[in-house]
Amino acid sequence: MELIQLAVPVLLKGLWMTLTLTALSVAIGFNLGLGLAIMRGSDKAWVSGFARYYSIAFRGTPLLVQIFLIYYGLGQIRFIHDVPTLWWVISEGSRCAVLALALNTAAYTSEILRGGLVSVPAGLTEAAKACGMSRAMRFRRIEFPLAIRQALPAYGNELVLMVKGTSLASTITVLEITGYAKRLMSQTYAIFEVFAIAGVLYLALNLVLISVVRLVERRLMRHTRPVSQGRAAIAISAI
Amino acid sequence: MEFGLLQVWEGGWIGAILRGAAVTIAVGVASMIFGLIIGTICGLIKWRAVFGLSHLVDLYTSVIRGVPELLIIYLLFFGSVEFVTKIATVFGFAELANAGYAFFITVAAISAISGAYSTEVIRGALAAIPKGHIEAAVALGLPSRRIFARIIAPQMLRIAFPGINNVWQTTIKDTALVSVVGLQELMRTAFIGAGSTHNPLIFYTIAALVYLMITLISQVGFNKVEAVLSPRKGA
Repeated sequence: MELIQLAVPVLLKGLWMTLTLTALSVAIGFNLGLGLAIMRGSDKAWVSGFARYYSIAFRGTPLLVQIFLIYYGLGQIRFIHDVPTLWWVISEGSRCAVLALALNTAAYTSEILRGGLVSVPAGLTEAAKACGMSRAMRFRRIEFPLAIRQALPAYGNELVLMVKGTSLASTITVLEITGYAKRLMSQTYAIFEVFAIAGVLYLALNLVLISVVRLVERRLMRHTRPVSQGRAAIAISAI
Repeated sequence: MEFGLLQVWEGGWIGAILRGAAVTIAVGVASMIFGLIIGTICGLIKWRAVFGLSHLVDLYTSVIRGVPELLIIYLLFFGSVEFVTKIATVFGFAELANAGYAFFITVAAISAISGAYSTEVIRGALAAIPKGHIEAAVALGLPSRRIFARIIAPQMLRIAFPGINNVWQTTIKDTALVSVVGLQELMRTAFIGAGSTHNPLIFYTIAALVYLMITLISQVGFNKVEAVLSPRKGA
């Protein structure tokens, strides 16, 4: 009981950090990933090639290596020392973690979104073209809305992986749930109890996230649901 | 002071990194094999919906897949270190315990993780086998062991293979996490090299390239096997 009183407030403090890391890196990573997914479809070989090799490099190496490379490695480059904004990002653990997580999830997101974009029927794009829509409008109104519906379930999994990925920030001095949990484990020796509390926090967080994704999915796919009796009656009476 | 690739070579670090890579591959392969054994057993339990057991398997897979790998490694490592050292010292194996222990606990942790993901892959593959095939085999009077060996297992392997490839890719990357508990694998070697030469950039870049080589080469191998396993056209 004492242990719970000691551990829960500490781990909840960590939960806030985990949430911040996840939210920031997902917000940045999604946009980068969207950019990379569009680049993959480009006609210019070097543009699509860059996106392809980026994705191979970040998906083929462990996230821990990427975090260490950014946190310990980049500081060695003169140029980064000299540019204040870059140095600001690199000089602190949590900002490095956000950068590494964002770059990492961008690679996975680009693959997921590309899968969605490829699945958009060519006829729809052609029809939009025939209607005289510009390229940007076609993407905004036709391709992206269809692609995101296709990609959403896989993106939900990626979000869970991101929440789990934030735990690696604890290796570069950031105190989030896992960081505090490790500290509590070595202070109290109550290994399993601390693990259980931290684990429940992660599971709850992931459960909420998955439910939100499901809700968004249901909202986006509401046109495929059968019309309920009441609504059908209203529709008929309106005619 | 300039420190470049030449110094990495002269300092004998290339050999250390290759040894580390060998440990990484050994951990990855061993964990993958145990993970597949766990995955096949648990996948069958889930597929058959064995009363009671399937709920336990559900609990196992959802906990492992919902909690960070690092936390699981901390649990297994810190949770067991005292216990195992005590037992080993009682039997006079203290030396041996130190050397083999990190490897053993690492394989245990990574197997538990890859086993949970394999379970889902294999359960999915089993569910994709057409029911009629199994019913036909039962109707022909084949004994259940033969049904498994001739009908279920070959189809399961073929359907599950791409998923197993994905599990392998994550497993080999997860092995990097055990560097935090001190096993001298690739990541740990890079960490030590970076610390003692004050040149993290070059060491982590090399580590990243070696991991990339491992994943890319194994990818080629998996693609070859997949081509062999996929049903032949016209047959």
